[in-house]
Amino acid sequence: MFVVIGWMLAGMCAGFLLRSKKLGWVHPLISALIWALLFLLGLEVGGNPHLVASLATLGLEAALVTLAALAGSSLAAWALWHWLYRRKGGRA
Amino acid sequence: MKGSLIIVGFFLLGCLAGYFQLLPAAVASSDISFYALCALMCGVGLSIGSDPQTLQNFRSLNPRLAFLPLMTIAGTLAAMWCVSWLLPHRTPAECMAVGSGFGYYSLSSIFITEYKGAELGTVALLSNILREIATLLGTPLLVRWFGNLAPIACGGATTMDTTLPVITRYAGQQWVVVSLFHGFVVDFSVPFLVTFFCSL
Repeated sequence: MFVVIGWMLAGMCAGFLLRSKKLGWVHPLISALIWALLFLLGLEVGGNPHLVASLATLGLEAALVTLAALAGSSLAAWALWHWLYRRKGGRA
Repeated sequence: MKGSLIIVGFFLLGCLAGYFQLLPAAVASSDISFYALCALMCGVGLSIGSDPQTLQNFRSLNPRLAFLPLMTIAGTLAAMWCVSWLLPHRTPAECMAVGSGFGYYSLSSIFITEYKGAELGTVALLSNILREIATLLGTPLLVRWFGNLAPIACGGATTMDTTLPVITRYAGQQWVVVSLFHGFVVDFSVPFLVTFFCSL
């Protein structure tokens, strides 16, 4: 499982060493790989009748999770805001 | 926004291809996705390592605002722990793995599919896309209700690219560096946190 993270760290070292070179091909490569992987995820979902049947439930679950995540991070940000700028105006 | 639509398009295309069995089932169950994931992470690393400009910009950051990414991560994970009580069929670790996507839907859903299966991967994809869309649409309200830092926290890993324009528009231009720094740190934490919660 940590093989994947190892690849990222190796990529970072390589990128740092190659920083003087033009690496314009990296971003198109990243996009293409992301598209391919999401296509494969779709393939797995679409080919699994149990998953297709529960897509609506999964969507509802996702919405609930998102709502909670937004509430949690907003409250945490508000607490930091309050702590930093209670006495003065908001400045970055 | 266009990028998100293309990504959703590929996911839907895959769903259709799987549903109508246009490709042999062996493709989905093979190791291709693992190798592609390794190549993807290597590419992500290359793009981070070769761009020293981003790191240099952070010198002008107010050091106390360096806490913001930690607040985002802590707030989201706490909320995920709470929501796991409402979803009895999910363990707290699974909910936290989904939440650890922080809007970085492509990477988090791919990771979670690899380690926990396509069902939780789909929840992660939908939930993290929703997080980005909600930030894009809700920023004006978030600023009014919770202060200027709230849209940055909600944007999660997306605040260095897709949600940056809307944040600077409604919270103000002076938050650009904070937003970039926040996006960078949260973005970087995604593979580590998702892997960690998937391994619990």
